Amino acid sequence: MHANFIDPFHARDSLLHHVDPRVKLVLAVAFILTTALLPPAAWPGYILVFALILAVAIASALGPFFAIKRAFLVLPFVLAALPVLFTTPGEPWLHVPLGRWALTATAAGLARFASIALKSWLSMQAGILLAASTPFPQLLMAMRALRVPRLLVGVFGLMWRYLFVLADEALRLMRAREARSAALAGAGGSSVLWRAKVTGYMAGSLFLRGYERSERIYDAMLARGYDGEVRTLPLPPMARSDKAALLVGLAIVGSILALEIWVG
Amino acid sequence: MHIAPSTFGGAIEPAMHIPDGFMSPAVSIILWIAAIAGVGYALWRVNRELDERKMPLMGVLAAAIFAGQMLNFAVTGGTSGHLMGAALATILLGPWASIVVMTAVVSIQALLFQDGGLLALGANLVNMALVGSFVSYAVYRIMQRLVGTRRWGALVSGFVAAWLSIVAAALFVGLQLALSGTSPASLALPAMGGIHLLIGLGEGLITVGALALIAATRPDLLGATGGARGGSNRGVVLAGLAIALLLAVISPIASGNPDGLEWVAEQLNFLDAAQDPAYNLVPDYVFPGVANEKAATIAAGVLGVLIVFGVALFSGRLGRRKDAVG
Amino acid sequence: MNERIAAVEIVDLSFSYPDGHPALRQVHLTVAPGERVALVGPNGAGKSTLLLQLNGILRGQGHVRIHGLEVAEENIRRIRALVGLVFQDPDDQLFSPTVYEDVAFGPIYMGLPLPEIQERVQRSLAQVGMADYAQRTPHHLSVGEKKRVALATVLSMDATVLALDEPSAGLDPRARGRLIRLLKTLPQTLLVSSHDLHLVEALCPRMVIMQDGRIVADGDSARMLHDEELLARHCLSEDSCE
Repeated sequence: MHANFIDPFHARDSLLHHVDPRVKLVLAVAFILTTALLPPAAWPGYILVFALILAVAIASALGPFFAIKRAFLVLPFVLAALPVLFTTPGEPWLHVPLGRWALTATAAGLARFASIALKSWLSMQAGILLAASTPFPQLLMAMRALRVPRLLVGVFGLMWRYLFVLADEALRLMRAREARSAALAGAGGSSVLWRAKVTGYMAGSLFLRGYERSERIYDAMLARGYDGEVRTLPLPPMARSDKAALLVGLAIVGSILALEIWVG
Repeated sequence: MHIAPSTFGGAIEPAMHIPDGFMSPAVSIILWIAAIAGVGYALWRVNRELDERKMPLMGVLAAAIFAGQMLNFAVTGGTSGHLMGAALATILLGPWASIVVMTAVVSIQALLFQDGGLLALGANLVNMALVGSFVSYAVYRIMQRLVGTRRWGALVSGFVAAWLSIVAAALFVGLQLALSGTSPASLALPAMGGIHLLIGLGEGLITVGALALIAATRPDLLGATGGARGGSNRGVVLAGLAIALLLAVISPIASGNPDGLEWVAEQLNFLDAAQDPAYNLVPDYVFPGVANEKAATIAAGVLGVLIVFGVALFSGRLGRRKDAVG
Repeated sequence: MNERIAAVEIVDLSFSYPDGHPALRQVHLTVAPGERVALVGPNGAGKSTLLLQLNGILRGQGHVRIHGLEVAEENIRRIRALVGLVFQDPDDQLFSPTVYEDVAFGPIYMGLPLPEIQERVQRSLAQVGMADYAQRTPHHLSVGEKKRVALATVLSMDATVLALDEPSAGLDPRARGRLIRLLKTLPQTLLVSSHDLHLVEALCPRMVIMQDGRIVADGDSARMLHDEELLARHCLSEDSCE
C-alpha cells in the first residue's frame, strides 16, 4: 500500500497554489478539526463542509473530482467502524442473522456509521489538496513557521530527499528477488520463511546503504561548513493577501461550527 | 490503518495508520499532547547523546525505513507481510533516535500520502513512534539478558522485540478506537491484538533478516543498544514495561467487562454534543464473549510472561552495570 | 619581491585509515594560484584521500596549507570556505530539498546576511548555467545537471581552490564537453582527480601521477599522456599491471 512514492505535488497556476503554505497548512488542519467537531448525523454541517472543500478543489485548478476520487482510499478502514451499526442504541432497522446469533442494526447506528465514513472522506480531501498544491520544500517551511523543531524539520527534509533514491533501490531489490523467485519456482518453490528472510535481507541492505550514504553526506555537509547546528534561510514574509486568506478561512470554518452548535 | 480484519477479507498489513474521523476530538487532542511531549523529549535526548552526524544519519535511515515499508513478502492468498520498522530502528539507533526517525516516517506519510490523518497524527505517532520504540527497546534489552548477546541471541531478541512492538502498537490503536466510541472494546482490542499477534510475526521475521545481514557485514552497527548506554536508558525499559503492563491489564478487562472503559469513553466524548450518552457496548449480544476474551487473554498472557521475567531480571540487576556488548 | 604564496602546499603528508591501511605516504605537492592540476592514478592510489585532506575532513601527519593557512582546527571554518570540494557522487553533495537551498548552504554556514546569500546563489547558479533550476528538487535532475549544481554549491562560498573528484564520471560526451568548457572559464585553482584522460588533457596543463599513496610523477600533461611507457609503468593504461 506504500508503493506510491510519486511526488504528490501537481504544479498548476492556480489560486490555491499561490496561497502561502503556512496559511494552507493551518487552514487544512482547521478544516479537519471542524469536521471532527461536527456531531454525528449533522447533515447540513457536512454539506457545508463538502461545499467548502469542493470550492477549494476548484480553486486549485485540479478539477472537482481530483480529491474526491483519491479520498475513497479511506474506504477499507471504514470497515473497522462497522460495529457501530449494531452497537448504537436506537430503533431497530435491520436484522442480520448469523447462525445462532442475530445482529440488529439500528437507524441511529446507520447514521453514525455514515457520519464516520463521511467525515473521514471529507478530512482526507483536505490533506490531498494540501499535498497536491504545495511543493514539499514549502511544507517544510510552513512547519518551521509553526515552530516544529529545526532538527526534526531537517530530518524530514533529508528523508524526503533520499526517499526517492532509496525507493528506487527498494524497487530494484524487489525486481531482483522476483527474477530469482521465478528461477526457484521451478525448483520446488519458496517457503514463507525463506521469503521473509529475503525481505529482511532487502531491508537490511537498504539500511546499510543508508548508513554509508549518510556518512558521505555528513562529509559533504562538513565540507561546506556544517557545524552541527541546524541553520536555515529565514522565513519569507507573509503577504497581506495571505494573511487575509487565513482570516477568511478561519472565519468560514468557525461559522460552520457556530451554526452547527446553534442549530444542533 | 490499511487493515481489513480477516473476517472481512482483503489484504492484511501491519501498517496501522488511523485516518481522520475515527477518533473523537478529545482522544485526538490528548494523544497529540502525549506525542508532542514524547517526541520533544526524544529530540532533547538525541541532541544530548548523538554527535553532529545525527541529522544526516536519522534522515537517511528514515528514508530507508520508509522505503523498507514498501518491501513485502507474500504469505498466503492476498495477504502479505510488511515492515513497520520501529524495532529495527530502535535496535540500531537506540530508542530516542528511533522515535525521531519513526516520527519523520509517520508524519510525512500522513502529510503527503494521507496515510493516517492529520488530526489523528498524534495518535499514530504515539502508537508507532513512541509505543513501537519503547516496547521494542524494553523487550530487546530484557531478551538480551535472557538469551545473551551473541549473534543468535541478538536475532532472537530482535524477533521478539519486533513482534511485540507490533502487538503493543495495535492494542493501542484498538484502545483509541474504543475510547472514541468508534469500535467496541470487546471487538477492537481482541481483533487488533489477535490479528497483530500473527502479523507481528512478519515484522519479527523481516527484522531478523535485516539484523542478520547487518550483523554479518557491519557488526559495529549493532552497538547502540548494548554496552554502557544501558544504564541511562533504564527508564525506557521501565516505560516499555509499564506500557506492556498497562495493555496486559486493560485488554482482557476491556474486552470482557467494558463498563469502566465505557465510562471513560463517555467522559471523553463530551465534545460530540449530540451523541447518545447511554452509548452501550454490548459484547455478548453482538459477538460471542468467549472468543473475544480468549484472543485478548492470549495477547495479555504473552506480555504478562515477559513482564514477570523482565521485572525479575531487572530488579536483580538494578545497580549492577553489565558490560554487555551488543 | 614577494614570493607568491602557494594556493595548496602539501608537505610530507602521511595518512592511514583506522583499519591500518596506509593511504598516503610522504606526499609533497605545491600548486600555484590559478594552476590546473590533474591527479591521476589507479583506484586505491590515494587520490580521493588526498582531496579529503585539503579541507580537513581527513587529517594526517604532515602539513597541508591553503594560501598559507594551516589546515587545523582553529582555521577550519576559513579553510572550508576557501576549499570547494566537489564529491564524486553528486547525490552525496546535493542533500537539500531544493537546488536553491543546496547552493545557499555554504553561505548560510558562513554566517552571511540574507541579501548576500541571495546574491551569491543567483550568481553561482547563473555561472554554471542552472539559473532556472533554483526551485527544483535535486532528485529530478540529470547527472550532468547535478554536477553543475554541485559546482555551484562551492562557487557560492567564493572558494578559491576547487578540488574535483571524478567530475566527468557518469557523463555522456555532450555533458562532459559542457562541463570541460565550464571549468575552463573558472579562474580558481583546480585540483582534479580523474580517470578521464581526455578531460585531463583538455583541462589541465599539469599532471600528477599517484600510486600506492605516493606521488610518482609530476609534470606536463601533454607530454606524459603520450608517453605510453610511463602510463603503463604507473598502471594507467588498459593492459598495464596485470
